Amino acid sequence: MVPLWMFLMVSAGLFSLGVFGVLSRRNAIAILMSVELMLNAANINLVAFWRYLNPDNIAGQVFAAFVFAVAAGEAAVGLALILAIYRNRQTVIVEDVNLMKW
Amino acid sequence: MELTWESLAFLIFSAMTLGGGFAVVTQRNLFHAALFLMLSLFGTAGLFVLLVAPFLAAVQVLVYIGAIAILILFAIMLTRRIMGLETTLNSQWPVALITMVILFVSLLLVLTPLGDNVSGERLNATFTEIDKESEVSDVSFTTVAAIGEAFSTRNGFVLPFEIVSLLLTAALIGAIVVAREDEA
Amino acid sequence: MDWLNANNLPWLIPVPPLVSFALIVLFVGRSKLWTSIVAVTSVFLSFIMAWSLFFHTTVTDKFGVTEAGEHIYDLHIFGSDFTWMDLGPTAFKMGVAVDPLTAVMLFMVPLAILMIFIYSVGYMRAYPVGDPHEIRFSRFLAYLSLFGGAMLTLVVADNLLLLFVGWEVMGLCSYLLIGFLIEKKSAYQAAVKAFMTTRVADVLMLVGIGYLFVETGTLNFREIMLNPEVLERLGDANLTGFLGLSAASIIGSFLVIGTVGKSAQFPLHGWLPDAMEGPTPVSAMIHAAAMVSAGVYMVIRMFPLLEAGGNPHHAEYTLPLIIMGVIGSVTALGAAVLGIAQNDIKRVLAYSTISQLGFMVAALGIGAYVAAAFHLITHAFFKALLFMSSGAVIHSMEHGEQHMIAEGKHPPHRVQPGEATPWGNTHLGLHGEAPDDAEWQPVMPDGIQLSFVAVPNDMRLMGGLINRIPVTAFAMLAGAASLAGAPLISAGFWSKDEILADGLLFLTDSSAFEGHAPWLHILVFLSLFFAAILTAFYTTRMWMMTFLGQPRSEMAKHATLKHEHHHGHDHAHDEHGHAHDEHGHVEAHAVVEHHDEHHHEEHAPAQGFDFRAWWSVYSNSFLMQAPLVVLAFFALTAGFVGIHPEFPILEWFTGGHNFFHEFVGKTLLHEPPGLPWSWLPVLASLTAFFVGAGLGYAIYGTPRDADEKDFMNVALGDPVWHALQNRLNLDNVWLRTLYMPFEWFGRVVVYRNIDKELIDEALHGIADAATAIGEAIKRFNRVVIDGVGDGIPYLIWQGGRRFRSIQSGRIQQYLLFSALMLLAVGTFFILQLF
Repeated sequence: MVPLWMFLMVSAGLFSLGVFGVLSRRNAIAILMSVELMLNAANINLVAFWRYLNPDNIAGQVFAAFVFAVAAGEAAVGLALILAIYRNRQTVIVEDVNLMKW
Repeated sequence: MELTWESLAFLIFSAMTLGGGFAVVTQRNLFHAALFLMLSLFGTAGLFVLLVAPFLAAVQVLVYIGAIAILILFAIMLTRRIMGLETTLNSQWPVALITMVILFVSLLLVLTPLGDNVSGERLNATFTEIDKESEVSDVSFTTVAAIGEAFSTRNGFVLPFEIVSLLLTAALIGAIVVAREDEA
Repeated sequence: MDWLNANNLPWLIPVPPLVSFALIVLFVGRSKLWTSIVAVTSVFLSFIMAWSLFFHTTVTDKFGVTEAGEHIYDLHIFGSDFTWMDLGPTAFKMGVAVDPLTAVMLFMVPLAILMIFIYSVGYMRAYPVGDPHEIRFSRFLAYLSLFGGAMLTLVVADNLLLLFVGWEVMGLCSYLLIGFLIEKKSAYQAAVKAFMTTRVADVLMLVGIGYLFVETGTLNFREIMLNPEVLERLGDANLTGFLGLSAASIIGSFLVIGTVGKSAQFPLHGWLPDAMEGPTPVSAMIHAAAMVSAGVYMVIRMFPLLEAGGNPHHAEYTLPLIIMGVIGSVTALGAAVLGIAQNDIKRVLAYSTISQLGFMVAALGIGAYVAAAFHLITHAFFKALLFMSSGAVIHSMEHGEQHMIAEGKHPPHRVQPGEATPWGNTHLGLHGEAPDDAEWQPVMPDGIQLSFVAVPNDMRLMGGLINRIPVTAFAMLAGAASLAGAPLISAGFWSKDEILADGLLFLTDSSAFEGHAPWLHILVFLSLFFAAILTAFYTTRMWMMTFLGQPRSEMAKHATLKHEHHHGHDHAHDEHGHAHDEHGHVEAHAVVEHHDEHHHEEHAPAQGFDFRAWWSVYSNSFLMQAPLVVLAFFALTAGFVGIHPEFPILEWFTGGHNFFHEFVGKTLLHEPPGLPWSWLPVLASLTAFFVGAGLGYAIYGTPRDADEKDFMNVALGDPVWHALQNRLNLDNVWLRTLYMPFEWFGRVVVYRNIDKELIDEALHGIADAATAIGEAIKRFNRVVIDGVGDGIPYLIWQGGRRFRSIQSGRIQQYLLFSALMLLAVGTFFILQLF
């Protein structure tokens, strides 16, 4: 059986990739995709801990399901925002959307 | 870790997940990146199957790949005029890379036996013991019925479930309001 | 309160004109018709009340003071009062009272005022009607109403303070009315002159009033004048007063000075001839009914005080009486002399007014109480008549002038001898006031130009007017006869005769003087006798020059009171301010205010009585002539109430009583004794009249040319003549002696030396010191307070400027910082584990 820590290691790797994507990608949609990666990493953690530590309690899976829901909402609102910005400013490059500054 | 079908599947799914993730953050073509995102999510679904969570795996495929990823694709196509930028990453990417590495190492140190060697003693005994014993009980397949019961019983997660549904509704309406073109 | 009670009625008499003033000013001033109705109605109400009261007093048993010493005035003088101001132990009471003197004033004043009002409505409608002068007419009647209300207040007042209130309001009104044509420099200068001159006198009079109040604690006439103890105490130099003069003398002198100003006596007479700048009804108001009469009325009213401590009938003259006698004599004679040299018809009348007032004042100076009052009444009638007649004459001359302009001829204008600044245009003020020319100014300081004669007023250009305006001519003849003292048939004869009779007491009843020298009587009689001769002379001259002979100018040929319209000549319309441009001439005839003899036949309303039509077309000649007729009646007959009871032949008429003497005499505590009958005064009067009038007729009765030198000019020589025309340069003398020293003192000493050098320098020093202190404080403020205050924000600003680059607006940069910070914190916790 695959040990728990290997799942955790995959999860950590995926999360780190997501962090890097959020911090360095220029395209807003790519950033959104990176965020999805991070949420997936969290889901893997949740399910792995449920499976290895407390399989009798369904809460782990339930939380993962909640994360799905939140992720769906996040994606919908995020993409809507991106579309609105694109319509107004003809760009999805986050560096160009820098009005909120001194 | 002896090489079993199970461990083999784990390796394949892990590779899909991490490889897809790497491609998502590095791929210049955003459309390709989206496709790799779907690959990564599919790998995750496989991992869920390995973790005996078939319902979640199904939801992963249905919701994430079927809905969110498609949504992202639509968004990409709606904004396609700026696809294929000269530079994919911004100017701070080296710093971000360093940050990512440090973060990754820190997580490994905390979560895996790799951290054991740092101080010479067990940092995270619980995890390791479980690993060593490898005696996780053969859990019976959790049924969809169990999850549904958890969502709908008083002692379960009725209130969070309702709240999440409200959240989704709000996100839905908000997305429509924000994304629709102004009348003017 | 029973207002119809005779005791309370006096309160109401002055009210209607005052209400009328408010009404016109506030409400009806926009409408000429309503303004006229309100003003005339108000005066008519006053007139009705006053005459009712007067006739009530004549039938009241023992009205006034009865047998000597026994004054029961509470019963037989009408009046009431209320406490106006509580002064602790005493209370100051405001009240009204009607005693015999007031009663006769109430007979004369409202009648004269009513006639003046009616006349004004007709006369003043010629004034501009166009905007912005629409309101002029209403303003005139409003002022006139206030004037009348003030005069009536003064008459019914039972104390000096209320009298003084009316007195001062009249001063204000005279100022407003003399300066009625405020655009004209000469008009407002005359207004200021009248106001300031009377003001000088009024201030001194107020001093006298104050002194009187201090001495007696009251200003009520009855409490002073009918109280023998008070009069005796005031008249005794040992008990009151100082410098050897009794309080009564000092107070009386001050009061007399008030009259000298108000009644234009020498040396404060200068304002009155200038007051001719006002429209003619104003002259009638000031010279007859109100202003100058008020001055004489006041001294007559205060006579018991003035004679307190003396007895003029025994040649014991007190100081106020001497002042009055001397000033009155000088004024009467001097003004009469000046009167013979005037060519301006209104100015002749002005000097005659001054002269006649001098008669009254001088008469009072010798104790001729009743005679002064009598002459006051008769003079008011005939002088109002004369002024209004002269207004009609001037009016007619102006129509002649317009006629000439209409025919394209240039009306004459004359430059008076000695006039330094010529005025060369033909634009004349209406009704003969000085030309409306800003360039025209009196020459200062050497020749104040006083001899200016407006063309329509110039008697040299008249002549033969009796054929043009016969009604006016005969009305004016009645007035002139009265002024000249035509025997038996004129009012002026009887009153003047009585004054002369009083003056002649030193001959007719020398025993009365008990050995004292009646020098004042002699002085007064001689002055007044010669003044009477001159009066008859210049009056004859005036009337003859105006009405007899041949017309001496085109103007006189065409003079008329009928208001002809000169078609198509805008200038003629402009003269009257008519703006008919928007009307065709045919339509214009129906709306014109000056009716036209020819046209009102054509446009006369066919049936019924249309008041508005009558008002706009027919009323003028009626309004201007009816008052003349009424006043002519009184100018001739008013004297019959004062005939000496023993006058031969007329005994059947007098019935052995001198009504006026007995009636007015009861005003006094001790009824003045009747004059002994003598032919001497009658002879003097007859002599004066026939000598004066005869000379006048002999000289001016013959036809003469307009450019012919005046006979008196030839007789007296140019220098004297011109000096007379210029009032003997008296104004110049006042200018040099009174005005210029003060002006020099003010300009050089006060302004330059004290004000500029002393006070200004000190002020500048203080100002400089304050500036220096302020500079120091400013510097401290800059460096310390501003340094701190500005420094803190500067540092904050600099810091912000440095750090603001962190806030790049790039979301990923923020996230990176957040991640690094989380890592740092996380690392810290991890390290804690080891």
